[in-house]
Order: sequence, then C-alpha cells, then structure tokens
Amino acid sequence: MSKLDSKIPPGPIDKKWTYHKGHMRIVAPANKRRIDVIVVGTGLAGGAAAASLAEMGYNVKAFCFQDSARRAHSIAAQGGINAAKNYQNDGDSTYRLFYDTVKGGDYRAREANVHRLAEVSANIIDQCVAQGVPFARDYGGLLDNRSFGGVQVSRTFYARGQTGQQLLLGAYSALMRQVGKGAVKMYDRHEMLDVVIVDGKARGIIARNLITGEIERHGAHAVLLCTGGYGNVFFLSTNAMGSNVTAAWKAHKRGAFFGNPCYTQIHPTCIPVSGTHQSKLTLMSESLRNDGRIWVPAKLEDAKAIREGKKKGSDIPEADRDYYLERRYPAFGNLVPRDVASRAAKERCDAGFGVNKTGEAVYLDFSAAIERYGKLEANMKKIENPSKEKITELGRAVVSEKYGNLFDMYENIVGENPYDHAMKIYPAVHYTMGGLWVDYNLQTTVPGLFALGEANFSDHGANRLGASALMQGLADGYFVIPYTVGDYFADDIRTGPIDTKRAEFDAAEKEVTDRINHFINNKGTKPVDEFHRRLGKVMWDKCGMARNAQGLQEAIAEIRQIREEFYRDVRVTGKANEFNQELEKAGRVADFLELGELMCIDALNRNESCGGHFREEYSETEGPQQGEAKRDDANYAYVAAWEWTGDAGKANLHKEPLTFEEVKLTQRSYK
Amino acid sequence: MALTGLFLVTFLVAHLAGNLQLLDMSPEGQRKFNEYARFMTTFPLVKAVSYLLYFSILFHAFDGFLLTIQNRKARPVKYAKENAGANRSWASNNMALLGTLILVFLVIHMKHFWYEMHFGELPIVKDSQGQEMKDLYTIVAAAFTQLWYVALYVVMMAVLAFHLLHGFQSAFQSLGINHARYTPIIKSVGVFFAVVVPVLFALIPVWMFVNR
Amino acid sequence: MGNMKLTLKIWRQNGPNDKGRMENYPVNDVSEDMSFLEMLDVLNDQLVREGKDPIAFDHDCREGICGMCSLFINGEAHGPGRGITTCQLHMRKFKDGDTIYVEPWRSAAFPVIKDLATNRSAFDRIQAAGGFVSVNTSGNLVDGNAVPIPKDDADKAFDAATCIGCGACVATCPNGSAMLFTAAKVSQLALLPQGRPEAKRRALAMVEQMDKEGFGNCSNTGACEVECPKGISLEHIARLNREYLAASVTKE
Repeated sequence: MSKLDSKIPPGPIDKKWTYHKGHMRIVAPANKRRIDVIVVGTGLAGGAAAASLAEMGYNVKAFCFQDSARRAHSIAAQGGINAAKNYQNDGDSTYRLFYDTVKGGDYRAREANVHRLAEVSANIIDQCVAQGVPFARDYGGLLDNRSFGGVQVSRTFYARGQTGQQLLLGAYSALMRQVGKGAVKMYDRHEMLDVVIVDGKARGIIARNLITGEIERHGAHAVLLCTGGYGNVFFLSTNAMGSNVTAAWKAHKRGAFFGNPCYTQIHPTCIPVSGTHQSKLTLMSESLRNDGRIWVPAKLEDAKAIREGKKKGSDIPEADRDYYLERRYPAFGNLVPRDVASRAAKERCDAGFGVNKTGEAVYLDFSAAIERYGKLEANMKKIENPSKEKITELGRAVVSEKYGNLFDMYENIVGENPYDHAMKIYPAVHYTMGGLWVDYNLQTTVPGLFALGEANFSDHGANRLGASALMQGLADGYFVIPYTVGDYFADDIRTGPIDTKRAEFDAAEKEVTDRINHFINNKGTKPVDEFHRRLGKVMWDKCGMARNAQGLQEAIAEIRQIREEFYRDVRVTGKANEFNQELEKAGRVADFLELGELMCIDALNRNESCGGHFREEYSETEGPQQGEAKRDDANYAYVAAWEWTGDAGKANLHKEPLTFEEVKLTQRSYK
Repeated sequence: MALTGLFLVTFLVAHLAGNLQLLDMSPEGQRKFNEYARFMTTFPLVKAVSYLLYFSILFHAFDGFLLTIQNRKARPVKYAKENAGANRSWASNNMALLGTLILVFLVIHMKHFWYEMHFGELPIVKDSQGQEMKDLYTIVAAAFTQLWYVALYVVMMAVLAFHLLHGFQSAFQSLGINHARYTPIIKSVGVFFAVVVPVLFALIPVWMFVNR
Repeated sequence: MGNMKLTLKIWRQNGPNDKGRMENYPVNDVSEDMSFLEMLDVLNDQLVREGKDPIAFDHDCREGICGMCSLFINGEAHGPGRGITTCQLHMRKFKDGDTIYVEPWRSAAFPVIKDLATNRSAFDRIQAAGGFVSVNTSGNLVDGNAVPIPKDDADKAFDAATCIGCGACVATCPNGSAMLFTAAKVSQLALLPQGRPEAKRRALAMVEQMDKEGFGNCSNTGACEVECPKGISLEHIARLNREYLAASVTKE
C-alpha cells in the first residue's frame, strides 16, 4: 500500500494552480509573527524562499555551510534561465514550455508540477528585473534571448555566461535586505546534521557551527530543505567541493522518501580529467556545440598514436576523422540533447578512440568554424582572394568574440591554446534530477518538511533541459512555497514556539554527537578523500552514463565494502569542537556511501532506459533507432520513491504512477 | 584630501609663476621680485587666500595623518611577503612618506623665507617709487649659494614630483571624475604637471647657485 | 605523478586568539596540471596520513565564481596571474624548486578563523545595509520589458555585478579598503532605473557600514582593480564617490 499522495489539484492542467491558490488556507498577518520557519541552503531556491517568507512576516532562520549565503553553488550556472515570455514572437507559450520540459524529461515528470513551473516562469523574469538583475539587453534596451538545446524557440534569458551568479545575487540581495531588517536570522558556516521530528512533524534541526564545532538546536514550525543536488557522490563532478546530500539524506532517514535517485545528468562538454590529483571537473558552456564539431579518429592506430603523443589531432586528415554525432544523428548533429551527446562520447572512447592520455576525451574542433567565419568576414570586408592565414586570422577574431572567455578558461586549465589545437572534452556529472519526493505543495512524506529546487525530484523527469534548473529553483522559492507553506501553517497558529528541550531534540542531538565522536575517536589510517574517490570511481564506472544489471550488482557489493572499511579505517584529525574540515567531509562522505547504494538499487530496479538513466540491456536492437534508449512506459511510467527502513540496502519502494493527460508519450528521436 | 590637494596644486602654479621671476638676477629683476613679495604679503585678497592656503596645508597634512593611522589599524598583521610592485605604483604606495617629507620641507622652507619675510629683520631696499621695502631677494640669493641647500631643494622637488604623480589624478578619482574618454587626458596632464612644475621649481635654486 | 618539488611557507594559526606563525612544508610530486588548491590537497593528504593537522583553507566551487577561495600567494591576492581566483591558478605558473609564501587575507575586518581561513561576514553586513532594491516578491510586478534600459548601462551594471565578494580587493589594498567591493554593488544598482529610487540612501548606508567594519580608506592606488579576479574597474569607485558626495551634500 503506497503512502504517496501527490495532492494534484482538480481541474484542467492550466487551471490547477489558479484553483489551488484560490482554495489553499492562508495565515493572517498577525499570526505569521507566531510562526518560525527554518530554511536550509541559500541557493536560488533557499535564498528566494527565505527572503519571500520573511517579507510575508514569518520568522525565518536561514542556514548555509558556506561562509556567506552568496556562495551557494547556483552561482556557477552559466547559460541562462527559461521563461515563456514570447518576447521574440516565435510562437512560445506556457504550454510549449510545459510540453518541451515534459518531453525533454523523457516523460518521467509530473505534468501538473511542470505546468505550474511554466506558468510562473514569466513572473521570475519580472521579479529579477525589479531586483536589479542585469540581464543581457539589445540596443533597444529590451531583454535579449538566446536558444538552448532541445527546443525550437528562443526563450532563454541570460547575463553573459554568468546567469546563475546574477540570479543568485538577486536572491541574496533580497535575503540580505531581510537580514538587515532582522526578519531573517542568518546562520552561515552552519551545517544541518539532522532534522528533528516531533509528533510526526518536522519541528527543527540539529546544526553544527562549523567555526566552533558547537552543536546547536533550532526549533521551527516547518523546515525547508533547499540543499541542492548530490552529484558529488561521484567524487568528480561539476558541483562545488562542499555540495553534499547530508541534509536530504538525514531527512530521508527520518522518513522522507527519496525519489528517482538514479536520475543523474552527465554534461557532455567538460574539461577531461588530467590526473589522479583532480578534485573537480569544469564545465564548458553547452553553447560551444553551436560552432564546434565533435570528432575522434576513425582509425584505432591514429587514436593510439595520439594517446602516446606521437601524433596531434591536426595531423589526422579529414578523411580519417569520425564526426560521430553528425554521422549518427544527421538531423541534430552536434546539437543533440545532453544525455545523447554524453553517451555517444563514452561509446567511442570505450571502443578505443579516445584522444588524451587517459583515453577519455574527444575533440571539440573549431577549425571549420574559424574557416567559415573567416571567409564570411573576408567577404564582408571585401578582401579578394584572401590568403589562408588571413582567413584564419579573421575567423579567430570572430570565434574569440563569441567564446573568448571560455577559450581562455580552457587554456588556463589545460595549458594548451584551443585556437591552435582542438579542445578535448569529456562528459562529467553535472546535475541530479532525483531528490526528495515531494507532493504538489513541495512537501515531503514528512509533514512540515519541504524540499525545493534541485533537492527535490519534481520537475525534470529523467533529463533536465538546459536553462531549466535556475527556473525551477526560483519558481519554487519565490512563487510556489510562499503559498503552499501557508496552507500547512494554518494549523500551527496556536502551536506556540517549539521547545528545543524536548526529548526528541535530546535524542537527535545525541545521534549527531555520537556520529561525530566516532569519527574523531576512530584510530584509522586513511583520509576521508581516499574513500570518497573510491566510491566515486565505482559510481562512475558502474552507475554512470551507461549501466547494466551485472555492473550495478557489483557496485552495490563494492560500495558496502568501502562503507565498512570507511567506518573502520577512516582517520579524522583534530577535535570535534573546532573548525575541522576533515570532520565536515567525513560526515558528508558517510552519507554519500549510503546514497550511492540506493542509486544503484534504483538503477537496477528501473529496467528501461530513459533520459539520463541508460541501461545497456534496454536499447533498440533494430530499425532506424538501433542503439538508442528504449523506454518502457507500460511498466515504468512511475516515480520510484524509496523509503528508508534502517538499512541502506533494504529500502522500500513506493510507486507514484505518472499519468499523462496533456502530452502524448512518444519516443524521443534526434536522427 | 582631494579638494585641498587640488587647491594646493593651483597654489603651486601661482607660486611657481611668482618665483620664476627669481631667474632674472639683474638689479631690475631683483627689484621686481621684492615688489612682488611685498604685494603678496600685503594685498588683502591675497592675504585672505593665503589663510585658506594655510588651512589647506594643515588640513591636508592632518587628514592624511588621520587616514594613515586608520589604514594601519585596518591591517594589524602585516604580510610576510608582499609584492606591491605587481599592482601599484611606488608613488601611490608611499604617499604618506612623501607627504611627510614635503611637510618637513615646508617647515624649513617657510622658516627660511616666509617667516623672515613676515617677522624677520630683513635688509631694506627702495622700490621704483622710492619707498622702502623688505629685500627678500637677497635672503633667497644668499640661501642658494650653499650647495647643500640647493641639493635639498632639488631632492625635495623630486619628492614633490612623485607625490603629484599619484596625487593629481587621484584627486579627480576621489571626486568621482572618471570617464572613459577624459580620464586618460587627466592622467596625461597629471604626469606632465608632476614633471614640469617640480623641474621648474628646482631650476630656480640651481640657476641661482650657478649664477651666484 | 608530477615532477616539481616545492617549498611552501604557510601561515598556521590554531584559532582567532592564537598568535600564528609561518611554517615550512616541502611538497614533492607536484604536477603542472594541478590547480594550486589541488596541490594543497596533496599536502593535506600527506599531513592527515602522518596524523598531523591539515591546513585549513576556504574553497568551494573551484571554478572561480563562488568567491570562497582566498590566499595571498607570493605577495599577491590569488597569486600571480590576472583575472583568476586561487582555484584557477595552476602549478604551471611555478617552477621546480620554488619557494611559495601562502598567507591568509590580512584585514582587521577579516579575522582569521584558522590557518588560511578568514571570516568575511563584514561583506554580508555591508550588503545588508543597503545592497538591494526594496522590492518584495510579487507575482504581478511590472513586465520585465516595461522599462527599457540602455544597453551600455545594462552592460556596465553587469560588469560591476560580476563581483564575487572574495575580498581580494581588501587583501591587496595597502590600506585594507573595501571600496571596490562596496562600489561594485552601489554602482550596479545606480546604473539601473530599478535602483535609482534608493540610490542616495544606499550609498550613504553602505559606506557607513563599510567604515564601521574597520576597513581602511581608499587612496586610489588601483591595486584592487589589478588583482580583482573579475577585473572590476576603478570607474565604479568613482561612481560610488559621485553618488556618495551628491547624497552627502543633498541629504536633509
């Protein structure tokens, strides 16, 4: 018997949110002052939620582990934010944004949530402009748009290559305004280490002051988790070093179901791993695929020679190059969606055609674009019979203007000039579509515990489209939670302040201090990172871009092995009551070691390929789509929501069936 | 700092214009200089401006001193290694030192000439109308027969040059005047000013020493 | 692995009340592909295995945008190289046998927490004093295109808004001034019509808070502009000066 109630409002899809807003209970201004709310995480979702709730009159406590709310990893998003404004008059609409998102997610998202997201998308832009977010504008002074992968309209708003930064700083400034007014109490350098449940409701958290090591109790009438994704379970990802699953995982262990943990997004254009010292991977904007052509050598011996340093990419004649995306997907070519491009790169490298020392890289080549732009420039400048050098010079200038900052970044990291030598790229973990299961109100299966942004599972199904993560974070924080949480609080106006001296707080705090003391007192020999790296390698090799049943079973066994060793042999230096970064990492890796197993279990359970989840056993074996992902709508059109039962290996599966009333399920084809 | 600094800059121009008369060492030139000196110490409007000048010097020095104290407090622990040359000019990094040197020089300078002119027992000469006036010229000429004194002036003008090199353009920035088109011009004028004015000032003692 | 051997001179300080000192650490096997922070990871790995206290330093995104990493390396904020943060500094900028000084940001307003990590909350308080537009969340604000903004203004506002709040400007300024940080926010919002209604109040309030925090005074050395990883221009400080002067003179 499933306990899942998605609470989707009645009515036609485009009226549900309006209906719901009109029928939810609200809290009167005088009563809002009696309500305390905790917001964990200060990224787009958390920053926006904390600011909005404080504006409404609630007492807000906001927490982040960074030294300032402004540093949440939303800041690193480059490309842009989608909104159905239709400023370009290219036929965009709320419905089309809704449709593209459901299709892009490979039909594994909840229709009602996605439609609401599309509805509020336009408000986000208005809100951000009013806050002083400096979006790109055209010469008429109006907002500019660009197009992004997987859609046919220009609906992406951007601020050069730093859209996430600008949106986050907008939310941060709104948050700081409330901090200045005293409406939000800000706890930076604080890490939430447990959620406290009283009478079945989330009533507070246990947090560690990262500077002093002090364990603190904070009570509230509701707890909002806006703690981002868990891509760092792979050790190497484009996430920040501190990004972690701890808050969400502790909530999971206190009763919140975890939705679709196996859905991870692997971004195709990242700078490849250069050595064993690597601590993180750097994304290169997807926009590079507009002009760059992706290829590997067609001959194995050429690939081998390149790996050994005997040949360079430029030595390979045109005829011996395999532009595999253009070959396999003539209609979309280099602009296929992220999951497809990533898998194709892996397929070539696994077959032995990779081009750097590690064998895990493909070329992203701008020489054709340089030549094409060079000729166009020469024409425009009326240069007759331009020399090859002149064309290259002119073409480089154009490419530099469009992508100069990315090329500089590449050269800085790799130490090779990408104008002279084709860039080398490889896919890397980037985003996690899975997360805490939430209903239409963004409430988890624990009453009073809400999850927003990347921390929840809700809107992107099995694959997220570019420029949609920022949209979801801000939609949840600015325009959804302020309404839905009010409905929950309507029962709490007479509750009074939460007493943190209750036995439930004692118990939760004791569990936290016991965990910490275990690490501090453990007489192990190996640093935390060593276990994290090992876990990451298992996850990447066996639960990464392509998965199969055998590999997943092996991974589960290996993760258990690593976890057992970790608790036995990890060495955490220093003390509990001081600034101790090793201790912080230990707690996070402990949770990744449990989450990793659940991800494998979920991937093993899902006997189909959809979006970012590709099971090698489930691909088209014949016909024009041969080798492509094969979905199984009859058996797997559901959200897998896992319930903790006390053992990482024995989670209980609950299914929320996905019904599609608006969008017809079809196969995604990019041929 | 910026306002008083810019005022002092304009004073430098006026001062230089007057002092360049010293280059004419003929009896006629000497007389003209003494007449000029008398005018500068007696004409009411000039007197009024001179009080503003004294105030500006004192304010500029005092404010600079205060800011320097505050700035030192803002970094209680110094860096073990600091590569100042990588990101700022030597002059901008040493404005307090340069300013202090200039202040010390001013005291010496004013003691020698300003104080003597106002309160000292100077020889008396006749002007073109036959009236008596103080002979500042002779005092100046006598002073610049001493090599160490000339050297002091030359060195101090170099100090002033560096102070101006940063100070001139910095004053505009402090007042909020920064424009893609005009700031490069301001900076060029600043460099020109910082070089030419001290060089001309330094020329006077050297010239007088050579022609003593 | 790598082939460089380096000597690091690193500031160690147990806590805010400890006096602190420079200590020497040899590091071997440094590869030129490593980032500076990855080189410190290697050192810390070694220290933990030896049971010693690893070096505390702040870092997060490791791609030059979060502003969490700091470090004064060989006498410069974020080390040698322009337009980068410490996490973007790669070891190929150094040579085998080099001695490298690593110190925390030095500012009375940024007290050391431990070793190389400092507390930069002063920046948050400056921001909270006025670095915002007073607009509540609302689903029915005016349309984003209702007020056209000249592209040049929007671009300049963006240039100012790219500040990552790392504190390199303070660390590098011989006076420990936070003018570039404060100016970036004041200037961004002063350039946009949405920010104009509060421009005077904002300039006064943010400067007042800045002074209260114990930062030094700007003497226009321009060092901040050179070391700023985002290349924020002194032009913004001039704009702050303009806004502040005008607001001071006209306030009632």
